[in-house]
Amino acid sequence: MSKMNMEDGLNLTLGLPGRDESDCFKNNKRSQPETNDESSGTTENKEADMETAPATKSQVVGWPPVRNYRRNIVQKESGMYVKVSMDGAPYLRKIDLKVYKGYPDLLKALENMFKLTIGVYSERDGYKGSDFAPAYEDKDGDLMLVGDVPWEMFIVSCKRMRIMKGSEAKGLGYNV
Amino acid sequence: MSKRLISGADQVLENVLENVLIFLTSRRDRNAVSLVCKSWCRAEAHTRSDLFIGNCYAVAPRRVTDRFKRLRSVYLKGKPRFADFSLMPADWGAHFTPWVYVMAGAYRALEKISLKRMLVTDDDLAVIAKSFKGFKELVLVCCEGFGARGLGVIATECRNLRVLELNEDEVLEDEFDWISCFPSDCTTSLESLCFDCLESPVNFEALEKLVARSPLLKKLRLNRHVSIQQLYRLTSLAPQLTDLGTGAFGLQDIIDPQQPAYQEPDHGHTFAACKSIVCLSGFRDLAHEYLPAIFPICANLTSLNLSYAHVDAQQLKSVIRHCHKLRIFWTLDSICDEGLQAVANACTDLRELRVFPTDPSENAEGPVSETGLLAVSLGCRKLQSILYFCQQMTNAAVIAMSNNCPDLEVFRLCIIGRYRPDWVTGQPMDEGFGAIVKNCKKLTRLAVSGLLTDRAFSYIGQYGKLVRTLSVAFAADGDTGLKYVLEGCTNLQKLEIRDSPFGDSGLQSGLHHFYNMRFVWLSSCRVTKQGCLEVARRLPKLVVEVFRRDEEDGGERGDFVNTLYMYRSLDGPRADAPQFVKIL
Repeated sequence: MSKMNMEDGLNLTLGLPGRDESDCFKNNKRSQPETNDESSGTTENKEADMETAPATKSQVVGWPPVRNYRRNIVQKESGMYVKVSMDGAPYLRKIDLKVYKGYPDLLKALENMFKLTIGVYSERDGYKGSDFAPAYEDKDGDLMLVGDVPWEMFIVSCKRMRIMKGSEAKGLGYNV
Repeated sequence: MSKRLISGADQVLENVLENVLIFLTSRRDRNAVSLVCKSWCRAEAHTRSDLFIGNCYAVAPRRVTDRFKRLRSVYLKGKPRFADFSLMPADWGAHFTPWVYVMAGAYRALEKISLKRMLVTDDDLAVIAKSFKGFKELVLVCCEGFGARGLGVIATECRNLRVLELNEDEVLEDEFDWISCFPSDCTTSLESLCFDCLESPVNFEALEKLVARSPLLKKLRLNRHVSIQQLYRLTSLAPQLTDLGTGAFGLQDIIDPQQPAYQEPDHGHTFAACKSIVCLSGFRDLAHEYLPAIFPICANLTSLNLSYAHVDAQQLKSVIRHCHKLRIFWTLDSICDEGLQAVANACTDLRELRVFPTDPSENAEGPVSETGLLAVSLGCRKLQSILYFCQQMTNAAVIAMSNNCPDLEVFRLCIIGRYRPDWVTGQPMDEGFGAIVKNCKKLTRLAVSGLLTDRAFSYIGQYGKLVRTLSVAFAADGDTGLKYVLEGCTNLQKLEIRDSPFGDSGLQSGLHHFYNMRFVWLSSCRVTKQGCLEVARRLPKLVVEVFRRDEEDGGERGDFVNTLYMYRSLDGPRADAPQFVKIL
């Protein structure tokens, strides 16, 4: 069992396989695993090829044995989905904030979705000239007016949106 | 041999025998019967209605139709399993076409076709649809080469269709509305409709109408384009369902403002109608807040597949604690060891567990470990089959499982980090796998991983007398390991090995056994062309294929053969081998 000189590598780490291998398996008659890096074929020679540790960062083909469609299960968190409700309407919609480039883009989409005009945003007056104002619930549960914070901040803090009747929205936008 | 006419008396005997043999269903029994004598062989051939062919290249289609005259059902398997992991070139073979044409000519009454890992074209499906008038069941598992057009022809022509199941197939995206092809003027005989692997959306309106006029529908598996709202419309139309693949189980992604609005689904009543569901899968785009909707049916479930959803420990606990009758559970490792403990607590009747990796890379943080395995072994004593992906493992946990779960028939442990030893002791994983083959007396299927020496294989050869399928990858030691296995495992049928240092002398030690096997696969090992030639020479009825995964000619990579795939055949080397496959 002297082949397996484990003394060197007894501090087992979940380190990169290449590092462990060249330390521990100097005499091992192991064949080189297939890697996606096809150029490894050109370095084949008669000597034990353990010294040329497999390219540790590259994928080994077909390993682990998981079928392709299982590798493509995407985490839901990669999108930024929020529900959008409108006062008075029995229906909800769901949108992915990631697809919009900024507030004008988002507001236009909302106008199309709910068939209404939202109006122009101004920092002082909110959404003047319209019956509706888009509001959102942030991470802390506070109801805020859409547009008060920079777009980048908005998309990470927005949990849910609500299109409010204009009169109710007057109170928003004046929080600290 | 001179032809012997069957005398009148003999014929009567054969007829009597046939009437008895009709009741024989097990194919093992039938194979035994057919070996008794010519008369019995004939009688058996006349009465066999279900045919299983484990390797489509082991026998020519013509030979099948010559021997069996009255088949109702055929199950054909093509490529070996390692093809699923991109280890086989795309154009290697396993074409269904020659089979369908020969069978179309011979079996008017064929009702059922099941195919696994075969190349099936739309034309092939059309031939099925047009040739077999009473066709009832089509099951395609891990197949490819066909699209929705082919499905459309089946739907149109097969008026008696009971079962249409697509299971992990790669279906060409041709945007053809096949669901609308089912006849719309009458009720259907559909009992099972599964298309969860389909990547493109189906026409929901047509699907809804189809379900509405399929009163016998018991099994329905939807793809990820069916939203939860749409699901509820379907389940209310089919309260008799016993097996449901839920589709997305999430809201529809509404980016197009033209999409119709929806109402918040009513969780309370959603599954209330479906009292009969015992098998639940899907969750292809899960919205976690809807998981509680399944609580009302959990107590009835015998099978639950959450392996397409990132469910964490807390979310799992809320579901699994109701699932006392669960026998089959598939999941992602996102549930962590904590989730597995919850499974162990609740599912004392569990028979099959599969834990898939969320992140298949070698240096990921593994959310499940030996802790989860141990917990399952303590809670689920009746376990028969396990597939477990993890980053780290200990011999102690595997040994414990071998002692706690004596009914294990299938043990597949995949330690994703290659060559990883027992992380606590630093020892190879030999003792763990050794304990499995020694203590699990019913073991028929084994997949090993981690750091292994010859000792592991000596255990397998010594104790694995019932093992029929063995999978080995990145095993660390020399040639002797293969020798132990081939000399010891007397029931070995399927051997698949990759990236292990097994060479010619190991290969030669199996010469006495290769004719009893379905196939042997050795890729990126140390067999040379000479060694393979020697096997081919000694065993003329073995088809010895040598090829490179990248389809370059010659089959060799440096001094060694890249892939060796060999199998017995009654009809010699296949005629459809592509250029890069060398048959020795």
